[in-house]
Amino acid sequence: MGDVASATALWWAVVVSGIYHGVNPGMGWPLAVSAALMERRRGSFFRALAALAGGHLLSVMSVLLPFTVLLVLVEWQREIQIGAACLVIALGLYLLVNRRHPRFLARIPPSRLALWSFLAAIAHGAGLMLVPIYLGICQTIATDAGHAAADSLIGGNITIAVTVAVVHTASMTVSGGALGLAVYHWMGLKFLSKGWFNLDLVWALSLVLVGGVALLTVH
Amino acid sequence: MNLRPDPTFHATPKLAMEAPAETLAFTLMLSPDGSQPDGLAVVDVDPKSDSYGEIVHQLIMPNKGDEFHHFGWNACSSSLSPLSGHAFLERRYLIIPGIRSSRIYVIDVKEPLKAKIHKIIEPEEVFAKTGYSRPHTIHCGPEGIYVSTLGGGGEDGTDGPPGIFIMDCETFEILGRYEMDRGEQDKHYDFWWNLPRDYMVSSEWGLPPQFENGIVAEDLLSNKYGHKIHFWNLRERKNVQTIDLGANHQMALEIRPAHDPSKDYGFCGVVVDTTNLQGAIFTWWQKEDGTFEAKKTITIDPRPEKAENLPPLLQGFEAVPPLVTDIDLSLDDKYLYVACWGQGEMHQYDVSDPMNPKLVGKVEVGGIARAAKHPNGKEFVYGPQMVEISRDGKRVYWTNSLYSTWDDQFYPDDEGGQMVMANVGENGGLELDKDFYVDFPKGYRSHQIRLEGGDCSTDSFCYPSV
Repeated sequence: MGDVASATALWWAVVVSGIYHGVNPGMGWPLAVSAALMERRRGSFFRALAALAGGHLLSVMSVLLPFTVLLVLVEWQREIQIGAACLVIALGLYLLVNRRHPRFLARIPPSRLALWSFLAAIAHGAGLMLVPIYLGICQTIATDAGHAAADSLIGGNITIAVTVAVVHTASMTVSGGALGLAVYHWMGLKFLSKGWFNLDLVWALSLVLVGGVALLTVH
Repeated sequence: MNLRPDPTFHATPKLAMEAPAETLAFTLMLSPDGSQPDGLAVVDVDPKSDSYGEIVHQLIMPNKGDEFHHFGWNACSSSLSPLSGHAFLERRYLIIPGIRSSRIYVIDVKEPLKAKIHKIIEPEEVFAKTGYSRPHTIHCGPEGIYVSTLGGGGEDGTDGPPGIFIMDCETFEILGRYEMDRGEQDKHYDFWWNLPRDYMVSSEWGLPPQFENGIVAEDLLSNKYGHKIHFWNLRERKNVQTIDLGANHQMALEIRPAHDPSKDYGFCGVVVDTTNLQGAIFTWWQKEDGTFEAKKTITIDPRPEKAENLPPLLQGFEAVPPLVTDIDLSLDDKYLYVACWGQGEMHQYDVSDPMNPKLVGKVEVGGIARAAKHPNGKEFVYGPQMVEISRDGKRVYWTNSLYSTWDDQFYPDDEGGQMVMANVGENGGLELDKDFYVDFPKGYRSHQIRLEGGDCSTDSFCYPSV
């Protein structure tokens, strides 16, 4: 029963983190608004949004999949979870200390939104934030499976990783897209300068928080 | 770092126009002979204030011989693009280069009346880190603060071509040269860009030996000043096309792209056509296939004048050339202001159709062999030069010095510095305001103006106005 409850909570965490990434202008929805306005076509909004989503999805997958492979080492699961949690905390602490934005992101042309979204998500640890959640979900299932064969375990874990990435990205795209459309149709771009908050600190702290919770709940 | 974007950052030019009007202006003061240090004047431009039209604060620099010219902000509305990653910068510092000394001052104007020096970058550091000299135009952009230069390396700035370098927008460290492939660009002056379309345009004045000790008449008559504009892939840092405006179009200076980034055109002012002494404006635009084109859309004729009334430099021509030395475009992309520094005129063109500008307003003040007085009866030395437009487009400010040694050649009998303002009519038209007249302290001339919270030659916008 406990596993079901915690699995539900973890899946909600996947969705909520998606919304969190999605509504943050820094993750890209204003670029979709800009594209639609530049080309005077609403269709451009969705094209840009799809590029941003694609980049984000790839970025999350590229972080989750290596952990999927690592999970083959069933007897090391606890250590892997601790290691991942520490990694997330370390990135959070690093971002707390170094508040500068990576300059290489400014070199990416506005026409390559998917690449920008991919690298921005990597640089800010968007995918890494999901690792402890993902490992938690795997654990709730792995305990059910008992001593399943390694290959079916990997298959299961890959499915979970893909599902986590897709659910997270979908939630991000829907929330960012909804906000972007609202700005495009009703609120106007004034919202951008009024409603954008500096989340750098909150972001770094949420990495530390996710890592911390993961550390405390490893069993 | 702010918790919210700086209130002076605006997503679109239209939002910037609706923002509260400026109450202060920052104007550069320069000592033409280097006998005093240059400075920054803070001018009260709030008509409701008791000190309206007065210099309310002066920040005098610790060095002499800098020769202030252009300057700019550390951050602008371009920060509102998520691509820049700098949405929370403050518009707080003015970057002021010395065009003669190559020294760069970073001035903190968070409290304008207590403006103070935040950092000084010594010339040696500029030379060592960039190989360039004589820093000039400042724009804040995707990779930080971009600074154009007029000189290359070496004593006289001719060792290698001049170019652009980038400074970090938070630490003000010089990061290095911008260009990766400059193509045939070998002179420099102004530059600006269209950020979402990812292109930059740059222009050419001349090399340091062609301007530092005055205009070189032989070079001008043999068309050796700059006459090309260069188009760059902004983020690839690559010159993708050079357009030669024709060798007779000497000194292609100010680049003014439409502020609304969905528009794909802009303007460039040419000081003088050596075949007929006309001043000219070219309209340039990006075509469907991504390449660029330029066409002359405004010409301003010289005015005949008796040789005895002219400075020695012009006596042989028996005419006063307009000398288009600065242009500026209002935020709604409707009016282009053209300073005719030689004739003493400020022109206002309706450029709603950029290929067909119409002259709709004109002010006469100063001028060679004319010296038209200000409506308040006082002198306006030289001619209208650096022009700046309020964000709402209703007020146009200008000063009168071009460049110390050139002022002396074209106006050998004049001395001083003034800043004036003209009101723009409801449907165009331009009229000098009798009550706004700033006379700069003795020994100082005045150059570029920056308005509190941004103006029409500072901010780059990432979102269209629609």
